Amino acid sequence: MLVTSPAFKDNAARALESPGLQKALDRAKGGFLSKRGAAVAGLPEFERLRDIGRDIKNHTLQHLDFYLEEYEAKVQGAGGHVHWCHTADDARRAVLEICRRAGARTVTKGKSMISEELGINDHLEAHGIQPVETDLGEYILQLRNEPPSHIIGPAFHLNREDWEESFRASHTDLPKDRVFHERRDILTEARSRLRDKFLVADVGITGANFLVAETGSSVIVTNEGNGDLTQTLPRVHIVLASIEKVVPTLEDCTSLLRLLARSATGQDFSVYTTFSTGVRREGDLDGPEEYHVILVDAGRSNMVGTDFQDMLRCIRCSACMNHCPVYGVVGGHAYGWVYPGPMGSVLTPTLVGVDKAGHLPNASTFCGRCESVCPVKIPLPKLMRHWREREFERHLTPSAIRANLGLWAWFAMRPSLYRMATRAATGVLGLLGRGKGSFRTLPLAGGWTAGRDLPVPQGGTFMAQYKRRQRGARP
Amino acid sequence: MSRDAILGTIRRGLKRGPLPEDQKAMLRARMAAHPRHLIPARSRLDRAGQVALFIRNVEKEFGTVERVPDLAAVPAAVSDYLAAHNLPPRFAMAPHPELQGIDWSDRPLLEFEARKGAASDQASLQHGFAAVAETGTLMLPVAGERPTTLNLLPDTAMVFLRASRIVGAYEEAWDLLRAERVDPLTGGFMPRNVMLVTGPSRSADIEQTLELGAHGPRRLHVILLDDDPAALPEAVAAAPDLRPEPARHPIAEPGEPASPGD
Ligand code: SF4
Repeated sequence: MLVTSPAFKDNAARALESPGLQKALDRAKGGFLSKRGAAVAGLPEFERLRDIGRDIKNHTLQHLDFYLEEYEAKVQGAGGHVHWCHTADDARRAVLEICRRAGARTVTKGKSMISEELGINDHLEAHGIQPVETDLGEYILQLRNEPPSHIIGPAFHLNREDWEESFRASHTDLPKDRVFHERRDILTEARSRLRDKFLVADVGITGANFLVAETGSSVIVTNEGNGDLTQTLPRVHIVLASIEKVVPTLEDCTSLLRLLARSATGQDFSVYTTFSTGVRREGDLDGPEEYHVILVDAGRSNMVGTDFQDMLRCIRCSACMNHCPVYGVVGGHAYGWVYPGPMGSVLTPTLVGVDKAGHLPNASTFCGRCESVCPVKIPLPKLMRHWREREFERHLTPSAIRANLGLWAWFAMRPSLYRMATRAATGVLGLLGRGKGSFRTLPLAGGWTAGRDLPVPQGGTFMAQYKRRQRGARP
Repeated sequence: MSRDAILGTIRRGLKRGPLPEDQKAMLRARMAAHPRHLIPARSRLDRAGQVALFIRNVEKEFGTVERVPDLAAVPAAVSDYLAAHNLPPRFAMAPHPELQGIDWSDRPLLEFEARKGAASDQASLQHGFAAVAETGTLMLPVAGERPTTLNLLPDTAMVFLRASRIVGAYEEAWDLLRAERVDPLTGGFMPRNVMLVTGPSRSADIEQTLELGAHGPRRLHVILLDDDPAALPEAVAAAPDLRPEPARHPIAEPGEPASPGD
């Protein structure tokens, strides 16, 4: 996915002026918080489980090479293939090759952040293969050619009118004057559309919340059931998973699952938690005949042994962004890449380069709420502070210019992202600049916007708008 | 090669080479022993308490449960349930010997086929392998006699379950699978697919508002066979609800605000 993090400030300013986004953010305010709060209150052992979750992940990371090799052997034993991919390019190539060998024309997809990170959809489309997102939120974003704004609620920023408008514009074979009386009607239309896609797809691509070394299983967690249809109906199942998803045993995985849904949606457990292990067995009536795991590094192995190793514990629950006051006013697009909020502020500079996203860690009030809710106790404020120190020491040397060229090339390879970037910019910078010892200027952003044609934000500076809103929000 | 590059970078970061054999053996022993971590107290109950907890949690997640005293009562339960929801008396059934062994003849109007699920199915009857009281979760490992598509394609999913197969915590369900299943391909116990199902399918992607029946079933109905003498209906009904107050309610009712999520 395109990185627009350097334009965080402009993005954030625009976000504050977007009535649709602000309506969506207002609607969500409090929802995530009270739901997680109730789920935690419903499980007295939750705090102890957080320590356990942290320890399981730390143990795994200390032996990551070992567990990955064990996992690989188990997948192979179950008739599956593991494709080790050091770079994003390697991963895109591997996916395309499998799809081509399968003679795929349509590929259904469950929601996967790593797929967004790799830009799988653009890559497949560029090579004549039609990817179909099946998570409802991802589906509408694909229709609208927009990036997700939240890691578990990708269409978080859209309102009902947006859904209706997009469905009318895209499902042109249906009567133009049909009425969507209620949200259920929108859901029903999407369901029947996607049913057909599921049935004709040649390949299904899912992400993975966990990989289990003991059994060679990949685990997905969903509420809709789309991920299960995606990995059950087509002949070929591809799993996209980054290396830090591995855990040793089913028991380790189970303890982390007790934390995941509660931290994410406030559910005790998601509706579907599914463990996939290899290919369809003899005698099975359904399930795929081929099973491929794309094991993606794309910058993560570099984090092992550094200050940022703690970040590899992340189980992508989204609690940190749901509880973040900055995310709460600017939304997810402002952060300019796949991962928004506090976890994105730490991860994005690590994975795409401090040159492009080094200022994101300033998008924090350092209130510490993110760390206090993180189910695996990642010290997010401390990690953001590390980045700020590094950014300070770096002084943006000529390497920044090289990085910018690299970014340009990266961009140019992804035309839809390029178009998207000019619409949905990202940025949280302004908030960061407030604290002592932090940066106010973003030398790179100037170069970026000069070459990039980003619209000039209207309506005063980010800070002015932010303050105005904060005043308005006060009772 | 990517594999060497990734493993090499990880090892450099950890400031060591590949693990020595004795350490690998230790870690393999841990995997083989798969030690449990904390098991929440909420499911540490007697049998009647566990069955009651399972039923309450299924209902909390918008599923329904009907108890039947014996296998002979299953056809009437299925037929009445379909009729009550204005559904035709037709369903796809898991080709499981236990379900196929039922005498369906006293409900001659009921039509069923033992097969996997199809997109046109309105209703299905699945065979439950086990269930977890902790969160009202069904464990459905795939097999020829338990096709995964029956869990997903019909709008109304019914699941037959023996009360004796309800355990407290997920870990206990994993142990049942470990003890009872031998995989023909791996020699291990995991089949291609194990679904843990908690309530009917749902989405809150449209304006963070909960709606049931996204891609999967809109209804989930458990037909629970009371085969556990320690958890007969009277004892289950008498079991106190020990869940903390916030754990007794769903995050939202359909049509109410909820966090979107996958
Ligand atoms: S950093 Fe922690 S709170 Fe944020 S998404 Fe990751 S696991 Fe969840």
